[in-house]
Amino acid sequence: MSGNARAAIGFGVVAAALLSIGLGQSWSVSLAVLNLCLISAVMALGVNIQWGYAGLFNVGTMAFAALGGLAAVVVSQPPVHEAVSAGGASLLLAAGAACLTVALISLACRRLPAGALRTIAVVLAALAGYFSIGAFFNPAVEAIEAVDPSSTGYLGGLGLPIVMSWAVGGLFAAGAAWAIGRVALGLRADYFAIATLGISEIVIAVLKNEDWLARGVKNVTGLDRPVPYEIGLQRADWFQDLVHSLHRDTLTGLTETESAALLRELVVGASSIFVKLCYAGLFAAVLLVVLLLSERALRSPWGRMMRAIRDNETAAEALGKDVYRRHMQVFVLGSAVVGVAGAMLVTLDGQFTPTSYIPLRFTFLIWVMVIVGGSGNNLGAVLGGFIVWLSWIEAEPVALWAVATLTAAMPPDDPFRVHLVEAAAHVRPILMGVILLLVMRFTPRGVVPETVGRQRPLSS
Amino acid sequence: MSFLTGTDMYGGYGGGDILRGCAVAVDKGEIVVMVGPNGAGKSTAMKALFGMVRLRQGEVRLAGQAITHLSPQSRVRRGMAFVPQTGNIFTTMTVQENLEMGAFLRRDDISESMERVFGLFPALGEKRRQTAGELSGGQRQQVAIGRALMTQPAVLMLDEPTAGVAPIVMDELFDRILEIRQAGIAVLMVEQNARQALAIADRGFVLVTGENRFTDSGRALLANPEVRRSFLGG
Amino acid sequence: MEVDVVNAMVLLANFVVVPALAYGSQLALGALGITLVYGILRFANFSHGDLMAFGTMVVILLTWQLQAWDIGLGFLPTALLALPLGIAATIAVGLAADRAVFRFYRLRRSAPMVLAIASVGVMFVLNGVVRVVIGPDDRSFSDGARYLINAREFKSLTGLAEGLSIRTSQVLTLALAVIAVAVLFWFLRRTRAGKAMRAYSDNEDLALLSGVEPDRVVLLTWAIAASLAAIAGTLYGLDKSFQPFTYFQLLLPMFAAAIVGGIGQPHGAIAGGFLVAFSEIALTYPYKKFLGYLLPDDMRPVGLVQLLSTDYKLSVSFVILVVVLLWRPTGLFRGRIS
Repeated sequence: MSGNARAAIGFGVVAAALLSIGLGQSWSVSLAVLNLCLISAVMALGVNIQWGYAGLFNVGTMAFAALGGLAAVVVSQPPVHEAVSAGGASLLLAAGAACLTVALISLACRRLPAGALRTIAVVLAALAGYFSIGAFFNPAVEAIEAVDPSSTGYLGGLGLPIVMSWAVGGLFAAGAAWAIGRVALGLRADYFAIATLGISEIVIAVLKNEDWLARGVKNVTGLDRPVPYEIGLQRADWFQDLVHSLHRDTLTGLTETESAALLRELVVGASSIFVKLCYAGLFAAVLLVVLLLSERALRSPWGRMMRAIRDNETAAEALGKDVYRRHMQVFVLGSAVVGVAGAMLVTLDGQFTPTSYIPLRFTFLIWVMVIVGGSGNNLGAVLGGFIVWLSWIEAEPVALWAVATLTAAMPPDDPFRVHLVEAAAHVRPILMGVILLLVMRFTPRGVVPETVGRQRPLSS
Repeated sequence: MSFLTGTDMYGGYGGGDILRGCAVAVDKGEIVVMVGPNGAGKSTAMKALFGMVRLRQGEVRLAGQAITHLSPQSRVRRGMAFVPQTGNIFTTMTVQENLEMGAFLRRDDISESMERVFGLFPALGEKRRQTAGELSGGQRQQVAIGRALMTQPAVLMLDEPTAGVAPIVMDELFDRILEIRQAGIAVLMVEQNARQALAIADRGFVLVTGENRFTDSGRALLANPEVRRSFLGG
Repeated sequence: MEVDVVNAMVLLANFVVVPALAYGSQLALGALGITLVYGILRFANFSHGDLMAFGTMVVILLTWQLQAWDIGLGFLPTALLALPLGIAATIAVGLAADRAVFRFYRLRRSAPMVLAIASVGVMFVLNGVVRVVIGPDDRSFSDGARYLINAREFKSLTGLAEGLSIRTSQVLTLALAVIAVAVLFWFLRRTRAGKAMRAYSDNEDLALLSGVEPDRVVLLTWAIAASLAAIAGTLYGLDKSFQPFTYFQLLLPMFAAAIVGGIGQPHGAIAGGFLVAFSEIALTYPYKKFLGYLLPDDMRPVGLVQLLSTDYKLSVSFVILVVVLLWRPTGLFRGRIS
């Protein structure tokens, strides 16, 4: 079967699943799943650029998603003027001191001959930097976090439309990827994986603990929205008219009061669906743009070179390809795409909660998507994003249903039954692990295999 | 029929055949050398005898029994020993541990064999507690040969034992190989230093593109003007 | 003044040295398992943290059962009685994972990266199993005497202002770690099977030529790595607490320890474990009181003198990892298992 046919069948299955959720549960739930599918697909595209194109095993996806989320806060939240005036200046000075320290250290490394003198100079610069940064930074943080800590206590943002944060999120992630890549890309593949895993944990630790930045574990809620609010829609005349015209048949023949009550109910339901549709439209647009760009890049000479490096790094290096630079490019690009998706996710949630970033969900799950979909194939990554998110989200209800069926004969307060009901949620990782292992074993090229390359990343 | 024979061997590493009907034979107490230009299939022929290269056609016999389809490990059990050209010692283990690993399959007392190896290579006896990776190139080759001898083999196969060692060390190594022959072991060697190797060889095979071109005693091959011109540099 | 110096040293011992010795032993035992699997099976095993969690879970369940039966070890934790069965269960799981997953790729001689990704799949499954069986929350299972010496006893015994408390779990950790490491090194250096493992790790082809059975080596490797994982996990759980997620997070310091020491090198993993543990604790300890004892009154620090907030202790292992790798790519001790 050709790759396109398999992709068509795959997307058909996903569509059928979404339809049956819509018909069986509700359209609102179905659309909510769809929206997360779309975001997951963008993230999977980002990882596919790194792993599928170039064979980079980046296990730090979570950090880039979180940095994208941070961008949503920084771009869209109104600035907290009091906090900015209390600590902004010192914070800038601290940043200046940090830059100066880095400059001094790199100067020492470049200008001084290797030896004790250089080591001493670097250590002295680092120490001086540590204390001078602290002298500005610590009071600034204290001042900022003291400003109305129960509702703000952070710098706030720029008060711009949140859609702009999607681009900014990409930039944040790209910048971080550049800095991380400078350090980690020189390492061998497996050490690189460990290093990125570590750095992603550190980024999350920063987001959890630096309250001045985005309130840390106190979370930032009530973020701006790129789409209308349900309440606003429900009050808008045009929307009420729209719903009325859609349900003309059911509404006619009822009494005035009955019809008004039913209409109100229908409008509330429709407003939630309308909002989700708006999100779906925006996300789908982003997904399409990223997909088209990725596809063009993959088929360009640049993409060909990336695959050449992936398939035989030594040979590519011998041919004069700068492997480090190419790896840096894909690392930055792929991370930027993940950052965009991260910003979209926080936009959809309307809140930024650093504790929600766990590696299982934001790193390894995305990996499963790419491998299930087909490493190196963009359409495959998108399909993998859809399939895996659907299974992830539906695993819990299915497990709960299974537990309920199996234990139907037991009394409801039977400890074993209670335990099983509690445990049902944790079936998810088992399912994901089994899917990953089965796909790797039996269809190592994924649901939609790579078409342009020769080699199979997982079966070689 | 010789003790170890490979007849009419065809095969390679997938792709095309490297061996094209080549035949090799060695008897106990005899040194046989395979020489020939680069890519002639000398090492491949040796690996085929040892079961590390699959034969498409042909047969390998040891002491009259066909062993063509046995794994290298079972050939070790039957008295064959092989010293690869590279990666032929355990670099992180001591000299003594390397020799112990050579005798891994033996359940009897190995101390006598070990003393014999130390008798053959006295330098190893002095450095028995040193890590093998720290030794000089010539001593590493001694460890490699010593490790192979620990199995008490009937056939010792050496793939370019003098590659990358100094000339004086090479002469020394060839002297030791002559001593090994004295013990009644069949020695089969692939050598880049064809002249010196043929000088100690009882018999020699000249291989070209996977086929036997000349087969004769070592002395006769050295005297053969055509062999001299084409393969020994005049 | 002299008393102050003694007080400062006791303070440091109490908050830095003793905890770091215990934590370092736990990391070292975990890193040993990682380094053995890397050296012999030749891949980075991401499921090691969750293997530890699994072993600890079995020990906890057994401990609870023993506690319910009123069987204990007096001042020692009951978990010690449960440990052998926990080790056995962990070995069984490790071997099952190898048979079901890793063997397939090993026989095909797949790239190490493929095996590493497969280990991510195993990690998922183990992680889920642990959560399904025992739940994601904190579980306590330590009993017996909590302290060998507590701070108050120490103060009244010595008359010092500072107390030194040594928990039973800390001494136990150190003792078990010493025993486990001694047995491991004796095994690797002195026994036939141990030498076969080292030879296989050093030069796989030559080991095969020497008659080493690869299946036996693989079996032994999993048995040892899983035993060490169960021991390390149980000790960590006794010393701190058991929560599945923290075991996943131990992956970074353990890998840092293994890599920094020179991956594939057991003594490197031990050195790396203590290096990471001491750096982590020493950098996140507030030195205010310590300096207060040593410095004259007018020079006493105002702030906490904490070099790094405890929230960032993970970054210590990361920085050590990167710095050592950039400075010395093979780690502190070179080569394979020796």
